[in-house]
Amino acid sequence: MSPPVAPPGWSRWLVPPAALSVHLSIGQAYAWSVFKPPLESALGLSGTQSALPFQLGIVMLGLSAAFGGTLVERNGPRWAMTVALVCFSSGFLLSALGAATEQYWLIVLGYGFVGGIGLGIGYISPVSTLIKWFPDRPGMATGIAIMGFGGGALIASPWSAQMLESFGSDSSGIAVAFLVHGLSYAVFMLLGVLLVRVPRTEKPVSGGPSILEGPQVSARSAVRTPQFWCLWVVLCMNVSAGIGILEKAAPMITDFFADTSTPVSVSAAAGFVALLSAANMAGRIGWSSTSDLIGRKNIYRVYLGAGALMYALIALFGDSSKPLFILCALVILSFYGGGFATIPAYLKDLFGTYQVGAIHGRLLTAWSTAGVLGPLIVNWIADRQEEAGKGGASLYGLSFVIMIGLLVVGFVANELVRPVHARHHIPAPREAADVERQQSESA
Amino acid sequence: MSNDSSQSPPDRRGLIAFAWVWVGVPLAYGVFELVRKATQLFTG
Repeated sequence: MSPPVAPPGWSRWLVPPAALSVHLSIGQAYAWSVFKPPLESALGLSGTQSALPFQLGIVMLGLSAAFGGTLVERNGPRWAMTVALVCFSSGFLLSALGAATEQYWLIVLGYGFVGGIGLGIGYISPVSTLIKWFPDRPGMATGIAIMGFGGGALIASPWSAQMLESFGSDSSGIAVAFLVHGLSYAVFMLLGVLLVRVPRTEKPVSGGPSILEGPQVSARSAVRTPQFWCLWVVLCMNVSAGIGILEKAAPMITDFFADTSTPVSVSAAAGFVALLSAANMAGRIGWSSTSDLIGRKNIYRVYLGAGALMYALIALFGDSSKPLFILCALVILSFYGGGFATIPAYLKDLFGTYQVGAIHGRLLTAWSTAGVLGPLIVNWIADRQEEAGKGGASLYGLSFVIMIGLLVVGFVANELVRPVHARHHIPAPREAADVERQQSESA
Repeated sequence: MSNDSSQSPPDRRGLIAFAWVWVGVPLAYGVFELVRKATQLFTG
């Protein structure tokens, strides 16, 4: 399948909404928790069992992004978005069948396995194309798309809850809700499939930089460079530190101010979690766009250095001032989102646009690792502290120290990033692009 | 007689507006619901 080349006069401002239609859809994954309680009561599942589709989905996201990246580069964004649409929607349709027949394994297979492939391919599908259309502002372009992944949960969470309220929380109600999700997301993502185009020239912006400017490195070579692994550590540490707060945000703010004159109610804690989601989303577009102005290395210095400082402030003074606690947590979450959104542009700076989507896919394994590491640290330490008879803010003190340590490790890894050695560059970028084009035309 | 090179590319402003509204409306709904929930931190 040849990548869809833009006709003359095609506007690059049509590509971000194409990317958003995919990312806003697959971002639904983070709203899976809405389905957990109804599934548990309708099918008699435990909390661990009802989390399985989401967990398998995230594992499949990492695997399909890592192993499918080269295919996405070869076949182009329309192919990738089509695969994402088919997998993500049919995942819901299989789940609908599973709920209707009360066969839970079908929901795990559908949403987790099939839908998870859609998540991974969909996540990386627009990255390379956006960077090629916006060589002058790659941080902003990928920030828009990756902000969409955060925004997807904001849409799905109230929408899914409303649907379950209308259709009912029994197995047939859940089945109808899954069915409506599958069909709606298919229609919504279709916009991306129809609109996405790759630029027809090397200079999509008149007078702007060429998409083949600078060193170009293949995905196969990139994973053999220390730069790739430095960025892997940077992303892993930044995400672990963010998840550390995100994972336990509601109990954390409640525990911190439990013994004060202004304790935090359950609804206020829910408001705090919502505010963190807003900071996460704003950080994706805001910080990533800022990286176009101050440079990728500098912005990660801010994420990791200032992030460590914010954790230190919470650990030292967080329980004495609620505004300070909230402010620091919001900044940390904005850095968490910014870290996700800026990494494709950092990869583009180091490895060029040649196979940046595939390299990004491989780097996302750092996300999967952090998804296990961050919550494990915070939960394990909080449980041990509780067993030791501690309470309030002291449940989290040690976790915060570890988070600061992780951020320092990330900071050092960022400092070690240097331009990629010329021996990893592909010999002639234009020649390589021509070969790619010929291969895709003959396919 | 006109040829291809003399034709100006079609005006795509309508399509651009439609595409942004397509993704903007659901996103605005999500943000509205988020703000409603987030205010509970100060009122709840």
